[in-house]
Amino acid sequence: MSAPILELRDVKTHFPLHRGLIFRRDAGTVKAVDGVTLSVKKGEVLGLVGESGCGKSTLARTILQLLPTTAGTVLLGGRNLTTADAAEVRAARRDLQMIFQDPYASLNPRMTVFDTLAEPLRVHGVCPAEEIPARVHRLMERVGLAPRFLRKYPHEFSGGQRQRIAIARALALEPRIVVADEPVSALDVSIQAQILNLLAGLCREMDLTLIFIAHDLSVVKHISDRVAVMYLGRIVELGTAADVIERPQHPYTKALVSAIPVPDPDVERTRQRLVLPGDPPSPINPPSGCAFHPRCAHAVARCREAVPPLVPAGPAREAACVRLGEI
Amino acid sequence: MPLLEVTDLRTSFHTRTGVTRAVDGVSFSLERGETLGIVGESGSGKSVTCYSILGLIPQPPGRIEGGSAVFAGTDLLRCRPEEARALRGKRIAMIFQDPMTSLNPYLRIGDQLIEPLLIHERLPREEARRRGLAMLEAVGINDAARRLDLYPHEFSGGMRQRVMIAMALITKPELLIADEPTTALDVTVQAQILELIRRMQRELGMAVIFITHDLGVVSGLCDRVQVMYAGRIVETADTRTLFHAPKHPYTRALQRSIPALQAKGSTLYTIPGLPPDLSRPVAGCAFAARCEHAVAACRGERPELRETAPGHRHACPRAHAGEL
Repeated sequence: MSAPILELRDVKTHFPLHRGLIFRRDAGTVKAVDGVTLSVKKGEVLGLVGESGCGKSTLARTILQLLPTTAGTVLLGGRNLTTADAAEVRAARRDLQMIFQDPYASLNPRMTVFDTLAEPLRVHGVCPAEEIPARVHRLMERVGLAPRFLRKYPHEFSGGQRQRIAIARALALEPRIVVADEPVSALDVSIQAQILNLLAGLCREMDLTLIFIAHDLSVVKHISDRVAVMYLGRIVELGTAADVIERPQHPYTKALVSAIPVPDPDVERTRQRLVLPGDPPSPINPPSGCAFHPRCAHAVARCREAVPPLVPAGPAREAACVRLGEI
Repeated sequence: MPLLEVTDLRTSFHTRTGVTRAVDGVSFSLERGETLGIVGESGSGKSVTCYSILGLIPQPPGRIEGGSAVFAGTDLLRCRPEEARALRGKRIAMIFQDPMTSLNPYLRIGDQLIEPLLIHERLPREEARRRGLAMLEAVGINDAARRLDLYPHEFSGGMRQRVMIAMALITKPELLIADEPTTALDVTVQAQILELIRRMQRELGMAVIFITHDLGVVSGLCDRVQVMYAGRIVETADTRTLFHAPKHPYTRALQRSIPALQAKGSTLYTIPGLPPDLSRPVAGCAFAARCEHAVAACRGERPELRETAPGHRHACPRAHAGEL
């Protein structure tokens, strides 16, 4: 781990809303990602957590430049992707790959495993055509799939196997960074563990940098070096995985950690639960000041005034709450 | 007398490729006010068990091959359809995993919510609407009077699940069957919904069957748990015993694969292999092929679910013999 391989500086991704079919009028803006600054070191696993709608998937797509950035910069190894032209972005994708949540939707049902894995190699012209079969074989082995499956179609595989294919596809170009958007959420517990082991092993062997998005904190804690907690388009807490999850400081992280059911009936019976009231607010009309204040048990007048910045909150730890020392 | 007594339930699906024995001899009972968790991986038969009891299995391709499910004196599998209809939606209610697909997108929330009252209690519309409003407030929906006239797409996922729960509980059922009601929701919303189910259960004194694959959810909610594998119950015990002294190797394996219980950075425990193909009958124990304790005898005879301590039953002959 050394210099940052990926840097986000005040990244914003907004979606304009329109009303009317013919006379289109502006009807506001969805601020899905609203000022994220983050740096990821080479070889690091960064967990990104938050509720649905907090902007974590939008942030992932912004990093890969699958969505246009409204403001801010995304630097990959020092290169600014937001100002790069289409050819440069395409070249950058060799270093930057993505694994999606739903392995039933992210694989082309009409392509065999071989075609799925060979396509990125052909598109990017990484090797002569005659080397492709050998490379695809190695990829299959790497993710624990038998080469006899090469001529099969996605529907012939289980969910866990499909996710292995999706992982192999992401690794085909030997990227430096992989962004995995909820890669195990659709899988059974026992299969989940297999895929997590595979990802953790690949990171070690290939010196891969992984951005791991999930809403399951126990999974994130297991695989990540650092964790960033998002709420309504912003990072509210950042720190090493164990530190953030065992000693959360931001009231939102506290509530999130408290909501995880513990697989031990004695603990469940005695522990204090913080049940958050209501749903996350709409990113079209975010509350003033700290976006969490309407659901926060500790909110005071100050919280409604200005958006709290991320401030240091201990060693290698940042949190965005004005009442950090008081609560 | 138990509220629900299921005996030797067998359900299979007859398709071109063969017969899949989804539920293969399941027996259990449920007392009034009790919460039973049914745990297992996809395809273990936990949902099909409950769908069979409620007559929600499409036939064909499904077929109830045998067994009985006696609810308060009526065998749900053999009674006349109108008897089953009179119980279902009134004394037995069900909530599903995906609240978007189980609400009718063309009907206003209020109209769907009060339908059970109009059908089962033949209440006048105004009276039903009043009860609907009170119920919506009871499940924690703000501004309920206005929201009665909205459509499902105008609600968030958590709110839709609350509506589903309100709809299920509006006739004050004696039994609620919940099929993974929180799997599609965020943890924070899951915590709200579980709290709601707990509270409503206390207030109405109803029994709950909670189907889930999440052992964490079970531990805080259920009095008793039964673990299913390949269409059969492999272990059942009160929640504390099941978590602290599980006997069946599958229950132990399931528990060991939870990330939260393992050290950071260590390789997660995984169960080798895949669940068996239920269209090919397995001789002996269905878990034997993946079990680290399996011996030759495990592949011979189908193991019986045997009671080894009061209320603790499991189907591992090696554990019965005290070898594990």
